[in-house]
Amino acid sequence: MSYCNVKIKINGEVIEKEVESRWLLSDFLRDKLGLTGTHVGCEHGVCGACTVLLNGEPVRSCLMLAVQADGLEVETVESLAEEDGTFHPIQQAFANNHALQCGFCTPGFLMSVKNFMETHPDLPTDDEIREAISGNLCRCTGYSNIIKAVKEAYVLKC
Amino acid sequence: MKQFVGQNVKRKEDHRLLTGSGRFVADIRIENMVEAAILRSPYAHAKIKNIELSQAKDFEGVLDVIVAADLKGKVKPFTEFVEFTLPPQLEADIKPTIKKNPEPMLAEDKVTFVGQAVAIVLAEDRYVAEDALALIKIDYEPLPVVTDPYETIKENAPVIHPELGNNIQSHFQVKVGDTTHAFRQANHIIKTRIKTPRVSGNPLETRGVIAEYQERNQQLDVWSSTQVPFMVRSYLSKLVGLVEGNIRVVAPDVGGGFGPKCAVYPEEIMIPYLAMKYKRPVKWIEDRLEHMQSTRHSRDQVHDVEVAFRNDGTILGLKDQFLLDNGAHNSFALCCAYNSAAHLRGMYHIPNYDITGRIVLTNKTPNVPYRGAGRPEAVYVMDRIIYMIADKLNLDPVEVSMRNFVRPEQMPYETGIFYRDGANMVLENGDYVKSLQQAMKIAGYEEFRQQQEEVRKNNKNIGIGFSSYIEGTGIGPFEGAAVKVDSTGHILVGVGSSPHGQSHETTLSQICADVFGVNPEQVSVRAGDTSLLPYGVGTFASRGAVTAGSAVHGASKQLKEKFLLIAGEMLGVTIDELEMQNGKVYVKLSPSQFVTLQEIAQAAKPGPRCKVPKGIEPGASATYYFVPPTVTFSSGFHVAVVEVDKETGFVDILRYIVVHDCGRVINPKIVDGQIQGGVAQGIGGALYEEIIYDKNGQLVTGTYMDYLIPTAMEVPEVEMGHQEFLSPHNPMGIKGVGEGGAISPPAAIANAVCDAMRPLKIEINTLPISPNKLRSLIEEAENAESVLK
Repeated sequence: MSYCNVKIKINGEVIEKEVESRWLLSDFLRDKLGLTGTHVGCEHGVCGACTVLLNGEPVRSCLMLAVQADGLEVETVESLAEEDGTFHPIQQAFANNHALQCGFCTPGFLMSVKNFMETHPDLPTDDEIREAISGNLCRCTGYSNIIKAVKEAYVLKC
Repeated sequence: MKQFVGQNVKRKEDHRLLTGSGRFVADIRIENMVEAAILRSPYAHAKIKNIELSQAKDFEGVLDVIVAADLKGKVKPFTEFVEFTLPPQLEADIKPTIKKNPEPMLAEDKVTFVGQAVAIVLAEDRYVAEDALALIKIDYEPLPVVTDPYETIKENAPVIHPELGNNIQSHFQVKVGDTTHAFRQANHIIKTRIKTPRVSGNPLETRGVIAEYQERNQQLDVWSSTQVPFMVRSYLSKLVGLVEGNIRVVAPDVGGGFGPKCAVYPEEIMIPYLAMKYKRPVKWIEDRLEHMQSTRHSRDQVHDVEVAFRNDGTILGLKDQFLLDNGAHNSFALCCAYNSAAHLRGMYHIPNYDITGRIVLTNKTPNVPYRGAGRPEAVYVMDRIIYMIADKLNLDPVEVSMRNFVRPEQMPYETGIFYRDGANMVLENGDYVKSLQQAMKIAGYEEFRQQQEEVRKNNKNIGIGFSSYIEGTGIGPFEGAAVKVDSTGHILVGVGSSPHGQSHETTLSQICADVFGVNPEQVSVRAGDTSLLPYGVGTFASRGAVTAGSAVHGASKQLKEKFLLIAGEMLGVTIDELEMQNGKVYVKLSPSQFVTLQEIAQAAKPGPRCKVPKGIEPGASATYYFVPPTVTFSSGFHVAVVEVDKETGFVDILRYIVVHDCGRVINPKIVDGQIQGGVAQGIGGALYEEIIYDKNGQLVTGTYMDYLIPTAMEVPEVEMGHQEFLSPHNPMGIKGVGEGGAISPPAAIANAVCDAMRPLKIEINTLPISPNKLRSLIEEAENAESVLK
């Protein structure tokens, strides 16, 4: 078994740690750093529950090794709310619109939507939103409230 | 006083789930914990000739490897789940054959489906455990495989469990009236075969179990991603021989259930047993590929149905013989099969009915009741039949439906059969005629028909289809709630029903808050923990709001009564002079005289300052078990408007409409969310999802690349209409809503596709309506048409 030292900026804080080189980024975040908000739903890159931002870009943390994040910046769901628990506008919009039920897939949606809003600053159409979240599976909500939430997040952000 | 029932109170669950601070089973880590990985059978049917474990056991970081022989005499196998056995009056009526079909914890001499657990590795972490799995060598001798329900009932079929004699595990018949006579009176008879394939519920969180045993007090703590923690506790106690009171089973945040987590699995017994045996906490988290193979599947019914009707569309009788392909084991008695038989006639008055169900075994993953539990299959049969009758008579299917509905004046309507709970099955209230009219009004049916004709000229194929359902919801035997007020005046509610997305913390706090006249913020609801109260059942079968809601209502009312008595003692007045409002008890005629809930709670403590009237136990708590007399019937209509691309076979859902009755609505947004989410799963079953096995019993659709779960691109926003016929079977008039959304989409969409392709007269009697299947049907129909020309 080989080990590597990694230095990753995670949610604004630089972490230096030795990690087995075969460990997935998702397992590293969850088991080694206790950041269990990132969920693992399929471990083969389809469901999107494990989505985190890597240098601002959404990635499936179950399809990446932790060592591949060496020297890069990772944002997880734990980075969204303020320290006092105040919601990020996307979280607030999800709560306002009943855009989650069991909540297991939600962190992945939040991170995908964060990147989408940053890269698409103007209010998108419903179809554009649908496409933007089509890489994330939700088995509870049937998506329509998530779409409403994304639209409201644009309003709350202004 | 403001009422919170009926309001869109915001969810209490959301903050933790949105900030990543929820706690799902996989999030739990315990000091000194080992992780388990499970070796599963690669064969559908094979003898286990030899197992070689030494290399795996010697691998660095491995604690041990466990096989069936290690469990002998320590852990009993599952027999049937007694929770699903038939009540005596139903058993006496239908006299079923149900053969006992015990499921082993680990396969011993042979395996009977791909994915069956054979060995468990315990190791320092999951990576090492999986390394060791690869070092286990098993010598299998493949046996003949049977995967088709019709093949499996043939006399020469390989018998999966020789002790059963053949592969027919259960058999029953339900009869009402005289079908022979009815069929003689009919102008027309249609005979057809209608199939609902095997699907998988696929909650986004897989299963998982963690167990920790504390030897010093024999306490066994188990965390499981389950819908039924009390059932897990009961079977753990029975099968491992433990004192039930020493076991605590917790379902923490659970990432969806939908049925597949509504029963006990071998892992929920073995992982706790191993934690005891090795005196170390053990964690097992299923991965998705395991989930597809080993978490129980559902549906998989084929109906050979005959319907007799008159020229005007009146249905006189219906005969049906169906097979439910249950995979390699059935521990659920007649659950889904009987549900299908009981619900097949739906909201139609069909006085002559004869249905025979057989549950057959094949070399596939065992089945479990999944959202709808036998009803989507039945509805698919019945509503395809309505459309076929309409086609045959050249009538509008709406007209055929209207002609056959049970009418409000016939209610309460005796169906002539027992429900699964042993009570007479009675449709208590509703107005199906008005409900369908409402749905068709939202759909703009008349205008649609005109538009359909116009666009057809441009070779555009749009269609409209509807489906109806009734659903017995809120099944017993009971559900419990314990309500208490602590010394700060805060109200705590514990319930036996265990949520996994249904918003219990919010809706049940609304119910309790209304009884006490406080804000729901003053109420905390806890669920999913066997330490909360002595007995509990669980969340499944659209029962949470009905049963847990009624239990919370009952317990809250009892505690309110007690508080009024204590307040009377404190204020020196009689109880009828008092009223409870805004967290205080007032003297009605002198509102300046009051005591707060906090003061009453403090006065309820035992001791010299206790103000509880003599003869009543001290304490600020009440426990109540709601025992429903029988189920209560929700109902609804789904309307799908689709466009079919004739060249590609793709179906696009343009609009989707639901009108439904779930009695008293506790929280409209949450109810709508249940419907929208249910419809999404129903759309999956209608157009995309199918568990496919090849002839060797290999699972072909074992990943999310092959098993297609609908994304946001495929699910439209459902347009909803509501009806509110209060249930007479519980104090608040609630009916269940969890499953209704998932029941009707296959029938509504199939009918819409047939309608879109009407000039070609195609019949869609199997699912999913995938592009390749639809293309084949279109081609066949076109060829037949050109031959005719």
